[in-house]
Amino acid sequence: MTGFGYLRPGSVQEAVEAYAAHPGARYLAGGTNLVDLLKLGVERPALLIDIGRLPLDGVEELPDGSLRVGATVRNSDLAADPRVRERWPALSQALLAGASAQLRNAATTGGNLLQRTRCPYFQDLGKPCNKREPGSGCGAREGVHRDHAVLGHSELCIATNPSDMAVALAALDAQVELYGTDGARRLPVADFHRLPGEHPERDTWIRPGELITGVLLPAATAGVPSAYRKARDRASYAFALASVAVVLRVADGVVDQVGVAFGGLAHRPWRARHTELALLGAPATPAAFEGAVDLELAHAEPLRDNAYKVFLAHNLALDVLNRLAPAPAPA
Amino acid sequence: MSSASRPGHHSEVTLRVNGKPHTLRVDHRRVLLDLLREDLDLTGSKKGCDHGQCGACTVLVDGRRLNSCLLLAVTLDGSEVTTVEGLGGDGDEPHPLQRAFLDRDAFQCGYCTPGQLCSAVGMLAEAAAGHLSHVTDPAAPAEGPVPLDRREIRERMSANLCRCGAYPRIVEAIEDVI
Ligand SMILES: Cc1cc2nc3c(=O)[nH]c(=O)nc-3n(C[C@H](O)[C@H](O)[C@H](O)COP(=O)(O)OP(=O)(O)OC[C@H]3O[C@@H](n4cnc5c(N)ncnc54)[C@H](O)[C@@H]3O)c2cc1C
Ligand code: SF4
Ligand code: FES
Ligand code: FES
Repeated sequence: MTGFGYLRPGSVQEAVEAYAAHPGARYLAGGTNLVDLLKLGVERPALLIDIGRLPLDGVEELPDGSLRVGATVRNSDLAADPRVRERWPALSQALLAGASAQLRNAATTGGNLLQRTRCPYFQDLGKPCNKREPGSGCGAREGVHRDHAVLGHSELCIATNPSDMAVALAALDAQVELYGTDGARRLPVADFHRLPGEHPERDTWIRPGELITGVLLPAATAGVPSAYRKARDRASYAFALASVAVVLRVADGVVDQVGVAFGGLAHRPWRARHTELALLGAPATPAAFEGAVDLELAHAEPLRDNAYKVFLAHNLALDVLNRLAPAPAPA
Repeated sequence: MSSASRPGHHSEVTLRVNGKPHTLRVDHRRVLLDLLREDLDLTGSKKGCDHGQCGACTVLVDGRRLNSCLLLAVTLDGSEVTTVEGLGGDGDEPHPLQRAFLDRDAFQCGYCTPGQLCSAVGMLAEAAAGHLSHVTDPAAPAEGPVPLDRREIRERMSANLCRCGAYPRIVEAIEDVI
């Protein structure tokens, strides 16, 4: 690890100004990803700007029925929040399926959204990796890639986004709030992460120096049945091989609201728009669910060793859709 | 960037460890685990992986269990840290959980034990505060403590690896103090 300076700004404004004065600095939140990457030498900033004590740790109900979650709310506190458990249960479930109790006690909303890929080549300075060092090649494409992407990957990078939380937020139509020296803006979480394309070094659409100030859970998905399911190599404490978040409302046997997002399959939480379009207005039956899920997964382009993910994702999605759909009324 | 505008690589921090205040000048790279072991000679907390993967370094910071290998000491100014050395408080009596680990023989080499103990203390507080886990029925009431059965204990302790495989007795020892 190389040495670095340390600043603890007193406000959001001071934080973004500190970055503007020291481009290439890094914001430090819970540190569970950044400190790891500092130790590995993947990150070598000259300065850390500690945002862990900024007043961004509140969860607040807004008059329109949405919930604003501050960027430094700890993952454990968010998962336990009764409003989240009751109205956006997929989010609580996704958080609890991720990492460990110790890590969730440190990890923050903003840091979770910006955690880097767990691709082992990315974490190993001795290996080629276009994400860590553009132009050096991708070690995983012909190497060990059982955990890698089956959707939306590029010639240059086949990494997946490791966050469970982001998958639930994408399905729930959450928005991420950003603040920079140019002002504030919002992006849907489903569009916040990029596909790797020609620039795998850029994980998201955040601009240099922009700070995540919070996440907005919309009223439109509040109270709508939702759930998260994750498949992993161990029963606990492992990243997703594949996962799914589903938001589903059925009225009179017909789907009238649906959000589906996959995790572990792509460089970003994969919002299954083809599935959603096919289901909206369709009968909520197992056959309709299966057809709609297959429409999405038909776009998969598995690599040599990860075709299993397509079947896994298929089965996970059907399980959750069928579980959330109310039993048909007796004839 | 002129050197005058560049913040230095060291800072002073004050933190309380097991009730005693300490003021130290730390390299910003110092993690809490190394500060405890090397600067304060509190070698109870162990380094297994140094990357948040094994739980051997688990301590309590302001009452919450955290991986001390991933916490930069400079961020902890003003915090209250409890390590395995401080679990029993001021007296000579061990914490009831330490006693239960002895009674149940819940270890072999003992390397993971300080982390298991601190983690379990944090875990009991989380369940008492109503924090659910991945295996809790999501339909459980939103308020009140979560009852801990073996499945709950295993899930909640899953980030404390034991290479000797003392898991069954660790779970029993924790059950003894519930
Ligand atoms: C062993 C292990 C297992 C794990 N398992 C899982 C798992 O199963 N599922 C899962 O989802 N995650 C898992 N994680 C990852 C964990 O969830 C993340 O490390 C954590 O969420 C990151 O949050 P943080 O606050 O600690 O971020 P930090 O490490 O502080 O920051 C991460 C990045 O985000 C930037 N950043 C942080 N906050 C902001 C902000 N507000 N604005 C702008 N930039 C910001 C930082 O500069 C840094 O680049 C695991 C981690 C470990 C070590
Ligand atoms: S998959 Fe992406 S992150 Fe992994 S080695 Fe290839 S370029 Fe790097
Ligand atoms: S040494 Fe900290 S988790 Fe392994
Ligand atoms: S007792 Fe040896 S590692 Fe747990």
